[in-house]
This record gives sequence, structure tokens and C-alpha cells, in this order.
Amino acid sequence: MSGLAAPMIEMTDVTKRYGSARTVLDLFDLYVRKGEFVTLLGPSGCGKSTVLKLISGLTPPTTGTIRVDGMLPKNAREMTSYIFQDATLLPWRTVRQNVGLGLELEGVGKDRRGDKISSLLELVGLSEVAKAYPRQLSGGMKMRVSIARALATNPRLLLMDEPFAALDEISRDRLNEELLRLRAEQQWTAVFVTHSVSEAVFLSTRIVVLSPNPGRIHAVVPVQLRAERNPELRTAPEFDALVAQVSRTLRGALTS
Amino acid sequence: MRQRAITLANALGVFAALLLVWQLVLRIFRVPPYMLPSPWAVTKTVGARFPSLVSSFLITAEEAAGGLVVSIVVGVAVALVFAQSRWVRRMLYPWTLLLQTVPIVAVAPLILMWFGAGAPSVTLIAFIISLAPIIANTTQGLISVDENLVHLFLMHNASRSQILFKLRLPNSVPSLFVGIRIASGIAVIGAITGELYAGSSRVGEGGLGYSILYASSQLQTDYLFALVAAATVLGFGFLFLVMFLEWYFLHNWHESARTPEAE
Repeated sequence: MSGLAAPMIEMTDVTKRYGSARTVLDLFDLYVRKGEFVTLLGPSGCGKSTVLKLISGLTPPTTGTIRVDGMLPKNAREMTSYIFQDATLLPWRTVRQNVGLGLELEGVGKDRRGDKISSLLELVGLSEVAKAYPRQLSGGMKMRVSIARALATNPRLLLMDEPFAALDEISRDRLNEELLRLRAEQQWTAVFVTHSVSEAVFLSTRIVVLSPNPGRIHAVVPVQLRAERNPELRTAPEFDALVAQVSRTLRGALTS
Repeated sequence: MRQRAITLANALGVFAALLLVWQLVLRIFRVPPYMLPSPWAVTKTVGARFPSLVSSFLITAEEAAGGLVVSIVVGVAVALVFAQSRWVRRMLYPWTLLLQTVPIVAVAPLILMWFGAGAPSVTLIAFIISLAPIIANTTQGLISVDENLVHLFLMHNASRSQILFKLRLPNSVPSLFVGIRIASGIAVIGAITGELYAGSSRVGEGGLGYSILYASSQLQTDYLFALVAAATVLGFGFLFLVMFLEWYFLHNWHESARTPEAE
């Protein structure tokens, strides 16, 4: 990939306090290059979700600076998509209308949305249920709709806040594989939040382990696994070894 | 289908039993007809005075429906203003409570004095009494939106009006219907109460409330019963209409409107 060194996210000395008492993040630095898949891993209360909210500009930092592709987070929203822990679909809209929401809000005309939505539904395997309403779908399918909606606006940066936490393991594994396939096709940069060590290892190019109270970076683990990440990788010895290493680091983050 | 037939048969059975008890009470205690007419006498009166019964029914239905529709339009508009900020709500919400607590029976004579007898005054009374539940429920629906959905809209640089009309307003529709269901019942009560005071601008012709007053003053107890039955039918009719609309608008997506077959 060209421009490997070009930064996508630069967070420098970022502190976030809610009110005057609780410090969520303390002097936090995060640097993500274009094309990376960075996972934030850590126990509850270490400020993982807050990092995503800061990068998206949904909440301002107390001190410190944040740049997304050189811009203020709010100005970078056009190139950023956010995937939430639950699918956050509009229940009164069909799958198709939900996928088209972002385009619609950004003022893309109805005729120009149509093809884009159809190809995305194809991509995530939802063409059959395009006219269904969210409540008729399983948890995994809802999440697929959410992913398709996020990709519809051609994001260069994808922020994902434990998107698969509520799913069973089989759906989660399948969606992990699909996510990597989509990334290979569309080449976005990702910041992903999870509790799951194996999910982090399977998806990431780099894992950032956070420690709680207040949130700080405890360790950074680069993930150097074979380029093609297929389901067989999950049973490979080097995968297990890395999962074990990251788990140890995570335990260290808790006791430090 | 079978289930429905059984439910219907049960309801009819209870109705028949009630008629039987009614008839027995008349026989055993020898109640004079001006105190309690027989079911048969009431049925005969319904037949004999059907045209005037229907015309009273329609007058009241129109007043109640008018009051309800205006209260929906005004209530939703007020709720949209309330949804703008907590500050606006704090300042104005107590006044809607006032609307709910003021006894309509006490206000009705004033309205009669200001606007005169007849349908407009009655419609106004039905409107006043059904407004508060619409405002309260719609406001609740507009402001209780999942925070992440708001964030999602913000991430797509949605404007304030896009958030209001594409997120908050559709989100409030189920609560709006809760409000309409409550309001539909009390709009009918409001219209009948209103008619007791401001029933008609012409003697002898008016809605159900007016006719109830008239029939009782003439000791036409059998017709009084027919009018009470008509008022009940009207209330039920409103409720069923609202429930049908609720089902029609919500059955695709909202839990409250699921059909039994889907469960």
C-alpha cells in the first residue's frame, strides 16, 4: 500500500474528564497510519469507547489535540463511519431504507442511491431481505445492515465500538471474516474496540492494550500473521501463541 | 379464526345472561317502567326513534372527532416545540398539567357564555379535554430517542430538522398513538359533557348529551337507555378506529402492534 507513513489519526496528550471528578483518559497518545486496522483492547472502564467518541468528534477532549487526516474530527465526519455496539437501525425503515440513510442525510438523490444500495446489499448478502423490517431479522443480519449502512458513504475511516459483542460466536466469526474481506476490497482504515482477545488478534494489524482508571496505553502489540486471514488461521499455532501473549499483556494491564 | 368465534360466542352469552337478569329483576321487584324499562321496551324505542337516535349519534360523533383531530394537530405541534429544549419544557410543561387538572365541568359554562350554545362550543370542550394526553405522550416519544441513533445522525452531518423529522418524529408515533387512544375515549366523554351544558342552539335537536338531558326531563327512560347505549357504541367505535389506525401504521415495525399470528 502506498503512503504507508501517512497519518490517519493523531491524538496527542489527550485528557478527557467528565465533570470535574472522573478522569476517563489521561495524557493519551494514539497514532494510526492509513490502511491500519488498530484494535483497542481493554477491560471495562478504560475509556475505549471514549477514544472513538473523541475521534468522531461526538465529544470534545478536555485537553490535547486530535486530528483526523489532518482535520478537526468534526470536519472529518464526511470520510468517517461509526458502527455501534447494537445495530442502531431505524425500526420503521426497511433494510434498504436503513442502508440508504447515510446517503440520504448527506443529500444524495434517490436515483443515485439505488444502485449503490443494491450493490452493498449484495456485498453483505442481504439482497433477499431488502424489503424486510429490522425486527424480522436475526442479530447477525441486523449487524450486517449496520455495516452496509456504514460503508454506503464510502468511508476512509471506520470506527467500530464492540460491534459484534452481542452476537453468538459463530455469527461473530463469520462477520469477522466478512469484515476483512470488505476491507481488502475497499481499503479503509479501522479503529476497532473489543473485549475479545481472539477477535482482536484475528482482525488487527496492531493491538493497543489499555489499562483502566484512568485510561492509558499499557502496551502495543503488532500483529504479524500470514497475509491471508482465513478461518483456518484460528487453529494455527502462531495464532494461539499470539492470543496467549495478548491475554498475558491484558492481565498485566489489570494489575499494573 | 376458531379462537375468535369462541370469544364472540362468550361475549354474546354474557350479554344474553345480563338481559335475563335484567328481565328477572323487573318481574321480581315489579319495577315501574319509568324507573327501569324492559329490554324489549328499549329495543322497541330504538326501532321507533331510530332516525333521531342516529342524528344525535352523528352530531356527537362529529363534535368528538373534530375535537380529537384538532387536539392531535395542536398537540403534535406543541410537542414539537417542547422537544426543542429542556428549558422550554420546564417553562411550559406545568401549563399542560393545568390543562389536565382543570375540571372541564367547571369550565364548560364559561365556554358556553363566551361562544354560545352549539357544536363549536362542544367541539372546543372535546378539544380541551383531549389535548393533554396527546402533548404528554408525543413529547415523551420525541425526546426518548436512543442516544446512539442521534450520534449516528450527527456522524452523517444531519441538520437539526433532519434529526427532528427523520428520527424524533417517527420515533414518537407509537407514543402518539398511546396518547390518541386515551384521548379518543375522553373526547367522547368531553363532547357529551359539553352537550349537557351547551347542547344545542335549537330546542329538541342535539347530540347524545343534549338528548339524554331532554329524555330524562321528560321521563322517557326507555329512550334514555337507548341514548346511553348509543354513547357506549360511539366510544367503542372511536377506540376501534384508533386501534385499527395504530395497527395499520405500526404493524410492520413496532412491538405493540404485532398481530397474534406473528407471535
